[in-house]
Amino acid sequence: MALTPVENQTPGFVAAVAAASGAFFGLFVGTSQGSGLMGIVIGAALLAVLGFVFTSMTDKEKPIRWALLAVFIVIGFVLAGLPAAVVGGLFGWFAGWFIFWLATSRYRSRLAPYLTSGQVLWHFTFRVICGAIFVFLITPILVVMPLSFNSQDFFTFTPEMLRFDPEGYSLKHYRDFFSNQDWQNALWNSVRIAPMATLLSVSFGTLAAIGLSQPHVPFRRAIMAILISPMIVPLIISAAGMYFFYSRLGLQGTYFGVVLAHAVLGIPFVIITVTATLVGFDRSLTRAAANMGADPVTTFFRIQMPLILPGVISGGLFAFITSFDEVVVVLFVGSAGQKTLPWQMFIGLREQISPTILAVATILVAISIALLATLELLRRRSERLRGMSPS
Amino acid sequence: MKLTKLSALVATTAMCAPMAMAQDMANEMTIVSWGGSYSASQKNAYHDPYTAKTGVKIINDESSAEAVAKIRAMNEAGNVTWDVVDVVASDAMRLCDEGLAEEIDHDAVLAAAPDGTSASEDFGNLIVSECFVPQIVYSTTFGYRTDLVGDTAPTSVCDIFDLEAYPGKRSLQKRPIDNMEWALYCDGVAKEDIYDVLGTAEGVAQGLAKLDTIKDQVVWWTAGAETPQLLADGEVVMGSTFNGRLFSAIAEQNQPIGMLWDMQSFDLDGWIIPAGLSPERKARALDYLNFATDTQRLADQAKYISYGPARASSAPLVGKHAELGIEMAPHMPTDPANATNVHTYDYEWWADNRDDLDAKFQAWLAK
Repeated sequence: MALTPVENQTPGFVAAVAAASGAFFGLFVGTSQGSGLMGIVIGAALLAVLGFVFTSMTDKEKPIRWALLAVFIVIGFVLAGLPAAVVGGLFGWFAGWFIFWLATSRYRSRLAPYLTSGQVLWHFTFRVICGAIFVFLITPILVVMPLSFNSQDFFTFTPEMLRFDPEGYSLKHYRDFFSNQDWQNALWNSVRIAPMATLLSVSFGTLAAIGLSQPHVPFRRAIMAILISPMIVPLIISAAGMYFFYSRLGLQGTYFGVVLAHAVLGIPFVIITVTATLVGFDRSLTRAAANMGADPVTTFFRIQMPLILPGVISGGLFAFITSFDEVVVVLFVGSAGQKTLPWQMFIGLREQISPTILAVATILVAISIALLATLELLRRRSERLRGMSPS
Repeated sequence: MKLTKLSALVATTAMCAPMAMAQDMANEMTIVSWGGSYSASQKNAYHDPYTAKTGVKIINDESSAEAVAKIRAMNEAGNVTWDVVDVVASDAMRLCDEGLAEEIDHDAVLAAAPDGTSASEDFGNLIVSECFVPQIVYSTTFGYRTDLVGDTAPTSVCDIFDLEAYPGKRSLQKRPIDNMEWALYCDGVAKEDIYDVLGTAEGVAQGLAKLDTIKDQVVWWTAGAETPQLLADGEVVMGSTFNGRLFSAIAEQNQPIGMLWDMQSFDLDGWIIPAGLSPERKARALDYLNFATDTQRLADQAKYISYGPARASSAPLVGKHAELGIEMAPHMPTDPANATNVHTYDYEWWADNRDDLDAKFQAWLAK
């Protein structure tokens, strides 16, 4: 889809832009080898030369790109073995693509013809910034995953791991998670506490949201503010308060106490999401149901609930994750018998930096992804069934 | 249909909850310790045999790091949920002074040595407080990367301050204790004068000035696991931590780390019983202490971790590591070869000056 007729670029332009990207990647490679400045210079010079030379050979794009890829893989392999070959390959692929993308002006052809060169530059800078933010957000999670297969007991990429030597990898931290009684108890506690806390939050939160959406309820704003307060008050303050309160009631250190505390933390999420969906809810529907003889409970489950269900489910999801992730309140309200997964991870990090934590983290990330993906698929399916297109 | 299922679920939960509460106080006790390989060694040497003998289920809580604050809160709330707590000697002294720990009659409660020596004599001067039952002697000392220190391995604690011979980062604990003493010692203060000098404003300034010379090369740690991790990463050339952590990094995980025992700082760790337990729970806690601190049990713990047993009569019984089969005695901080030059950390002095020096140290860190 070419919007703008383009011509091939001059070698000088291609060389300059390619040099800039070369300097960028050179910075990373150089820093890892001890000298960032050398990396910038070498990277820039290399791509400048390649860009300058290949600009006049745009008709032989395919073979040149394959050759570049092969050459970089070989250079990487010769310099530092398998890992460097992978990095080299990526770099070679990028260099080939980038130079010809510039040289044949493909970057310009898809943009509107009236854009100034400044706007074109911003168009791509914006994308680079977005990509950088994305990398910044996702890298810490991605780094954890390979480290969880470490065969050593430290958070360290060993030389064996970097060489892709099978010796450097092992499943022992996963084995530890599944066979260690402490971790299994913690998992079991989390699995017992989170769904129950979610159930309580969802029931109370939904009812509160529906009640507070009735115009005739007095002091609506004040009640709302109080119910939402666990989300606003610093967690450590709620936790200390709950500790003393629950101790006197005999709830401290019990399963039910932790469930209640987590339900309190989850309720604000449910109230907020359900209140938001209720804004679009047409009250005449409940009146119509009443008119046809349905009592309020039937009306709620048959008419109102299906319509506000998305809000209830996303509120419930937040409440579940709050309980599943929570460490401060459970440290106060729970006792060692209610040790949850986050608690176990917390003390694990403090007392022994064990990669079992990384294995657990990887498992939890996988479960979260699976959970969210399932939810999204279900949502799309229900929208399709209702004849709406997924937006 | 959906509705009935939901209400059935809610009803069962409501019914189960009080039952879960009621069974909590059955035949079990909560023992608080430091976690990691240390808790594991206690589980193997004390908890499991005790459970086998008495049937009492032991729940391990890894909260010793915040034990003082939590015991205070429990006491205030009138709801003490811990039965036996593992703390360092200085914490035991604080808790005892505040009336938060039970005073213990050592000879009446604890077992005598096999040869009949009374418990108080067997533990000797390690009983630093009326509430404290000593368990182990550990030390804070240095480990260094054998492959990063060149041809001459460090032999003196003052090598920490020698950036020319040993360039690179070093890790130190984020607190004035030990660091100030080492700094003054390496600034030429005689060992016996350290606390006199540190008691003066000039002495504090002198210690901080010495630490200033390496400040930008220091990584400060708060958890005992950090230095082994930093050494394994090669992020630091040398660093201080508890000797048992270094032992497990060297012997169990085969890291290229060497021990620097010079001027190691001895400290004690042991048990207290929080005040305010019901008579039955207190009796059970005392029974546990009697079992877990007898001569054989203390020697057994040394099979799993390289901390010295606190009883004089346990020392000859220290044998081989339970899994690796290596002799444990040479890895003990108390071994004569390791203890040629030790620093004896003065509890009383620190109890009186801790708050003041902490403030000065934190201010210096922030500069």
